[in-house]
Amino acid sequence: MRCVAQFEVGYTGYLDHELRVSGPLPGFAREPAQLIAAYRAMTSARAFDRKAINLQRTGQLGTFASCLGEEAIAIAVGLAMRPEDVLLPMYRHHGAYLSRGVRMAELLAYWGGDERGMDFQSVREDFAVAVPIATQATHAVGVGYAFKYRNEPRVAVCVLGDGATSKGDFYEAINAAGVWELPVVFVVANNLWAISVPRPLQSRAQTLAQKAVAAGFEGEQVDGNDYIAVRDRLDQALERARSGQGPSLIEALTYRMGDHTTADDSRRYRSAEEVEAWRRRDPLDRLRSYLLQSGAWTEADDEALQAECQEEADQAAQIYLERPPQSPTSMFDYLYERLPRAYAEQRKALAGPSDD
Amino acid sequence: MPEMTLVGGVNAALAYEMAADDRVLVFGEDIGVNGGVFRATEGLQQRFGPARVIDTPLAEGLIAGMAVGLAAQGLRPVAEIQFMGFSYPTLDQLISHASRLRNRTRGRLTCPLVLRAPFGGGIHAPEHHSESTEALYAHIPGLRVVIPSSPARAYGLLLGAIRDPDPVVFLEPKRIYRLTKQEVADDGEAMPLDVCFVVRDGTDITLVTWGAMIHETLQAAEQLATKGISAEVIDVATLRPLDIETILESVAKTGRCVIIHEAPRSGGFGAEIAAVVAEHGLLNLLAPIARVTGYDTIMPLLKLEQHYLPSVERIMDTVYKTMEFA
Repeated sequence: MRCVAQFEVGYTGYLDHELRVSGPLPGFAREPAQLIAAYRAMTSARAFDRKAINLQRTGQLGTFASCLGEEAIAIAVGLAMRPEDVLLPMYRHHGAYLSRGVRMAELLAYWGGDERGMDFQSVREDFAVAVPIATQATHAVGVGYAFKYRNEPRVAVCVLGDGATSKGDFYEAINAAGVWELPVVFVVANNLWAISVPRPLQSRAQTLAQKAVAAGFEGEQVDGNDYIAVRDRLDQALERARSGQGPSLIEALTYRMGDHTTADDSRRYRSAEEVEAWRRRDPLDRLRSYLLQSGAWTEADDEALQAECQEEADQAAQIYLERPPQSPTSMFDYLYERLPRAYAEQRKALAGPSDD
Repeated sequence: MPEMTLVGGVNAALAYEMAADDRVLVFGEDIGVNGGVFRATEGLQQRFGPARVIDTPLAEGLIAGMAVGLAAQGLRPVAEIQFMGFSYPTLDQLISHASRLRNRTRGRLTCPLVLRAPFGGGIHAPEHHSESTEALYAHIPGLRVVIPSSPARAYGLLLGAIRDPDPVVFLEPKRIYRLTKQEVADDGEAMPLDVCFVVRDGTDITLVTWGAMIHETLQAAEQLATKGISAEVIDVATLRPLDIETILESVAKTGRCVIIHEAPRSGGFGAEIAAVVAEHGLLNLLAPIARVTGYDTIMPLLKLEQHYLPSVERIMDTVYKTMEFA
C-alpha cells in the first residue's frame, strides 16, 4: 500500500499558565493597549456571567449557561471579527456578543425569558444563540454563501462546542463550506465536557481539528485559554476567509469551569481535582499575571477595573429588571410579517375583551 | 398563452422569478446540470449559472440550514428536497429555526425561504418515495404549507411563496406533475397564499381536498352530478394558515362536508379541518363530517398502493352515505 494523502494538525500556544512564552509573539500582543483591551473585555464578560448567575439564583433570571473559563475564546472571537462580519454562536460565549457591541441588558433579557433580548440594537445581522446543538453550522454555510455570492469581503464565524462535532449538522456544514470554499470560520470551543459526557466519549479522533481535513480544509488546535493564541489564529483564519481562501476550523482547547447551566450539578460526573487543576489555567488569571509582570498593568488598575465591571453589570441588571414586560399578545405579533386571519381568533382570546 | 403541466408551472415560476430578482437562488440535489429528478429546474442552471442554481452535496439538513442562512441574509432561497420521504432531516431546521427566526429576534432577522418537495403516491416508486406527511409541516407555527393542484396554481402559488416574507413549505403532488396541461400566462402574476380555492361550485355537499386528490375528487363530483348530487369542491391550497372561512361558507350552503386526503387518517390534516368545521359550523351540518383518507398504515409498496390511495369509488361511497342523512 502506498500513501495517497497525508495530513498534519498544528497546535499554537504563546503564553502558558506558568507565563512561559513560546516563540515570537504576534504583533498585536506586543502592544500592551491591545492586550489590556482584551483583558478588560474578558473581565467584563466574567462580571456579566457572575451577575447572571446571581440573578438566576435569586429567581430573577431563567436557566443560564455560564461561560466561566472560556472567556479567552469568546473575546478573541468578538474582537477579531469586523462589525460587518456575522456571528453564529452557540449559547455559551456571551463575551463574543458583548465585545461586538451587544448590550448586557439585551442578553439578560433573553436569558430572563424575553424575546426582545435577541433584537440587538447593534450587529443586527448576527444570529441569535442556537440552542439545538450544531444547528447553526449550516446557517453559517448559507451566510457564507451569501457573502461570496454578493462578492462581499465578510466572514461568517460559527462557534460550536466539542459535542457539536459529533452531529451530522456539523459534518454537513464543514463539508459544504469546503466544497464551495466559503468565507466561514468554525471555532470549536472544546471545553472537554458536553454536559456530563467527556471528550473521549464524543470521538475517538485524536483531535477535533482534524475533522476539517475530511472536509478538505485546514483544522488546527490552539490553547483556548491563551487569548494571544486564539486571537492570532483567528486573525489568520478571518484574513484567509476574507481574501477568498476559504474556510478554517480552529479547535480551541479549554475547560468549562462551571456547570453546564444553572440547572446542572457537575459534581455528579467530574472530580473536584480536575476542576481545580483547570482553575490554575484560568484565562483571565493568565493574562492579568502576564500584564502585571510586564508592568503595563498594576494591582490598582485591576482593582479599579473589577469595580468598574461590577458596576457595569449591576447597571445592566437594573435596566433589565426595570424594563416593562411585553404584552402577552406579542407572542402572535412576530410569527409572520402580517398575522394571518386564521390567527385572529386565538389572539383575540388571549387579549381578552377589553384589550386590542 | 403557453400550455403548461404542473411541473412546467413550477419551472416557469422559478425561471420568471430568477430573471426578475437576483436574490433568488435555487438549490438542491441534482437540480443543476440534471435539472432535477422530475425536471422541475430544467434549463435553469444553463440560463442563470451555477452560482444561482446550485447542485448541493447530498445532505438535506444542510439544504434546509443553508436556506435559513441565505434567507437571514436577505436572499430568496428556493430549496428542493428530492422527495418528501427524504425531507425529515429538514424538520429540525424548519421547527427550530426557519419558523422562529422572526419571532426569536422580534423581527430583526427573517426567513423568506421556500422548501419545495414532491409528495404523494401513485407513481410506482420505491419505498419512501410515495408518502404524504404534510400534517407534520402544517403543525408548525410560523410556517406556511402550500400545495398546488393545477398548472396555474403551481405557477401562481410558487411565485406567491417565493415573494412571501416568511418561510413556505411548498409540496408538489408529483402524481399529477404531468397529468394535465393548462394554458397559463407566464406573466409573473402571483396567486394569493392563505386562501382556499373553490374549484367547482355545488349546492348539496362540500368536498374538501388538496394536492393530487383534487383529480379523483373532481372526477367523483362529475359522476355525482349525473346522479343528481351537486358537489362543491374546495382545493385547500394553503394548509397553514388555514382559510377556514371559505370552507365554512361552503358548508353553511351545503350542510355536508367530506374531507379527502392521501395521508393516514389519524392526526391527518383532515382532522384539523373537521374539528374547525365542527367548532364553527356544527349547526349548519345535516350529516356527520366524513373523511376519505389513506389508511393508518405504512404507505404500501407499489403492488398495493392502489388499495391505499382514496379512489373515486371510495369518495362516492362516502358521499352517498353522507347524503343518506336527511
